[in-house]
Amino acid sequence: MVVSPGFTGRRRSGTELPPGQYLTHEFPVLSAGPTPQIRTDHWEFTVATESGETYKWDWKALLALPAEDITRDIHCVTRWSKLQTEWKGVSLDTVLADVETAADYALVHSYGGYTTNLPLEDLLDGQAWIAYEYDGEPIHPEHGGPARLLVPHLYFWKSAKWVRGMVLSDSEDLGFWETAGYHEYGDPWKEQRYAGD
Amino acid sequence: MERTAVRRRLSWQVATVADVRRETATARTIVLDVPEWPGHLAGQHLDVRLTADDGYRASRSYSIASAWSGGQIELTVEEVEDGEVSPYLVEVLKPGDPLELRGPVGGWFVWRPEQEGPVQLIGGGSGVVPLRAILRAHAEAASTTPVRLLYSVRRPTSVIYVDDLKELASSDHVDVRLVYTREAPDGEPRVGRIDAELIDQLAFTPADEPTTYVCGPTPFVEAVADLLVAAGHDPARVRTERFGPTGGPQ
Amino acid sequence: MTTYLDGNAAAGKLSEIFAVDITAAVTRCDGCGQTGVFAETRLYLDAPGMVARCPGCDHVLLRVVTTSSETYVDLRGLTYLRLPTP
Repeated sequence: MVVSPGFTGRRRSGTELPPGQYLTHEFPVLSAGPTPQIRTDHWEFTVATESGETYKWDWKALLALPAEDITRDIHCVTRWSKLQTEWKGVSLDTVLADVETAADYALVHSYGGYTTNLPLEDLLDGQAWIAYEYDGEPIHPEHGGPARLLVPHLYFWKSAKWVRGMVLSDSEDLGFWETAGYHEYGDPWKEQRYAGD
Repeated sequence: MERTAVRRRLSWQVATVADVRRETATARTIVLDVPEWPGHLAGQHLDVRLTADDGYRASRSYSIASAWSGGQIELTVEEVEDGEVSPYLVEVLKPGDPLELRGPVGGWFVWRPEQEGPVQLIGGGSGVVPLRAILRAHAEAASTTPVRLLYSVRRPTSVIYVDDLKELASSDHVDVRLVYTREAPDGEPRVGRIDAELIDQLAFTPADEPTTYVCGPTPFVEAVADLLVAAGHDPARVRTERFGPTGGPQ
Repeated sequence: MTTYLDGNAAAGKLSEIFAVDITAAVTRCDGCGQTGVFAETRLYLDAPGMVARCPGCDHVLLRVVTTSSETYVDLRGLTYLRLPTP
């Protein structure tokens, strides 16, 4: 290893951060493609179940659901963490309340073609939201607006920007990063960055 | 089609800083001794990798600022505000220090002395770095190919390679024009970005069939490439190199 | 700001994988059929991996992810890469 004399890089994790993370006060924008511009009057969220049923919400229907204020730390697999981020959105417990399913897995889809997979149980029990406000403002398109998934207990690539729906299934189909070497689950505290970690 | 420039898998190697040279308040040229440098084409770049004493690493890509005629190579680095790698390269790195690098890479944004047709170079800010390498290669090959450089800077104090560009521009075959976007020196009435009129006045025309090299931040390159295409230039003859604050820890 | 670079900027990463310079190769997009030099594709680096997209239709041409021990190279979006015969 060739050490660069005097190079420290960004500050690495203190005890409050998952292993291998550094703290940022910025909100870095990560993107693997162009930012979709979605008008809320065109926005739609669709859930398809394993039996072929579909459920749809438009923007008005989403806003009509009871919202929650959420304050959580977020951890990006590119190693930044941001503490106590403030969001407003609808719990997926609320969204999925009337959806009949016994599926184990969800493949989340976004405008622009992004996908990510999660066990359905990680989307329930107060662990996941469809968020539409960040820091008291509508979520900027760069950060996933008008609405993004928020699943803060997993690496942030699971919190799909520009969310448009999910397909529930008995088998686990892998998403965009999960098919290219990233971990199928992605627990930051276990440092599950890559497949096999 | 272009011949590929490099035919081997590259590995990291350790260069030594021979000298550093301040170019502007925020940019510095780093002169490197590289033990196993295979030579490079003007316009190519290399990757730099920094390692902290706990093993933390970050790497970035930089254009090579010099032409190759044996000996040392030069990088010019502009400090990015809140950057991680560039502040180290501009403020901390000193002669005698090791610097890990990998290169040269990139066989598309390159100029070869044997290439036919005039050369139009358009740079924004530190986007001038690979264009300077092309001008140097042009001078060292004693090429008679006509070359024009349009170099967009914010203000006179932002100009990198001031003396070097003066010297290069003394050639009958080289024309260098500075474009000031915020503040111009005395006697230069125009302040503003490169626009269609300026391209029309100062750049080679489509009929000259130039190969055009555009380098700068993404919005600059986008705007200039659009102007060139709108002016009738063949998009296939416009080569672009965008740069931006990219790349995370690796 | 969401931004992309040119395929040029992938040269270093791709040199870890391929013995020839892929950035000078001609590519055909499997989405829209557009051909062009790889160096002119749109490259997204501010992401968990490297993603190159077609400048014509934004279709994903190539993805590269380097894990702790392996590199994944997904070329599904490319119909072909055309290189000079050595």
